[in-house]
Amino acid sequence: MKKTAESTWHDEVHALLRAADVRQVAIVPDAGHARLIKLCEKDRAMKVVRLTTEEEGVALLAGAWLGGQRGVLLMQSSGVGNCINMLTLPLACQFPLLMLVTMRGDHGEFNPAQIPMGNATQDVLEAMGVIVKRADSGADVPEMVSSALRLAFNTYRPVALLIGQRVSGAKDFRKLARSVSK
Amino acid sequence: MSKQTGKLLRRREVVKELLAGREDLLVVAGLGAPAWDITNAGDHDLNFPLWGAMGGAAMLGLGLALAQPKKKVLVITGDGEMLMGIGALATIAILRPKNLSVVVLDNERYGETGQQETHTGHGVDLAAMAKAAGIAQTFAVRTPAEVSRLKQRIHASEGALFAQIKIDPEKLPLVLPPRDGALLKNRFRAALLGPQAAHQ
Repeated sequence: MKKTAESTWHDEVHALLRAADVRQVAIVPDAGHARLIKLCEKDRAMKVVRLTTEEEGVALLAGAWLGGQRGVLLMQSSGVGNCINMLTLPLACQFPLLMLVTMRGDHGEFNPAQIPMGNATQDVLEAMGVIVKRADSGADVPEMVSSALRLAFNTYRPVALLIGQRVSGAKDFRKLARSVSK
Repeated sequence: MSKQTGKLLRRREVVKELLAGREDLLVVAGLGAPAWDITNAGDHDLNFPLWGAMGGAAMLGLGLALAQPKKKVLVITGDGEMLMGIGALATIAILRPKNLSVVVLDNERYGETGQQETHTGHGVDLAAMAKAAGIAQTFAVRTPAEVSRLKQRIHASEGALFAQIKIDPEKLPLVLPPRDGALLKNRFRAALLGPQAAHQ
């Protein structure tokens, strides 16, 4: 894989999570997180927890903190909608929660079904009282992750970092359709 | 409709027995009656009763069990709460946490909202779903002797455990735990992790 600012952020973010003693990594996969997930799976200090729906991760990480461990929740923006009521936990109990959300329906999207949730992601999180930050270039991601980590764990609240679709690029479904039919 | 016959177990007695002599058992309760049940058995710093977050009890227990592999974690919740987060059975099954037990008090009702029927009264078998997900030990419990055996299995801590206990759909006086979530969290962490937990 050619290393550019757009691809090396995964390595830097993994190093940041490790340095912050993040031990539970809850995931519903997104292509934008693929390399970071691989790095976390290889890291013996981290436990990757595959979820069936993103809200499971919100509850999981409340339990992690109750037991003295830090975690992170990785998902794509469509998964934010699945989390809304479960955010009651970190909000009502002041649990730290770090959500790293790769955006769909954001920048050059092809799939109409990604637009409603992608377009509403920031608003619904903010309506719930989650602090929302954004990174729109690969070079910005590590610093914004570092900032979101500190906000979440120093001030005991849910913080979401939205990683713009510009960072990982929009999937070209037409190209994918052609390559499969060949 | 319910296929229940004979004398049903009573939820407060079941929970009292499961928690008697609990030592350092970490206990999570789903919202509503299970939270009142664990409080009725004796409010405890190592209780984490939920007041909301329906569907999250088993997953919260999983996060706690992964963080504290040397401690036993017992999640006590209701059938409606478990059904709302049923995917957690799959998530728990593939991680095989040795120290996590999930016990569902199944009255086949949404008890807090007017005793409306849940799916379990219409044939949905939660213990079979847990078994099919791959949870190592699953139990369907209907008698006091089976409750005693279940308690032994919980304390043996030999693999993820799921139990569905059929109980009487009786309405009982509420026994309320503190409802300040930050207090519940902080007292639990202090009891488990020591006074330094407040500085983390």
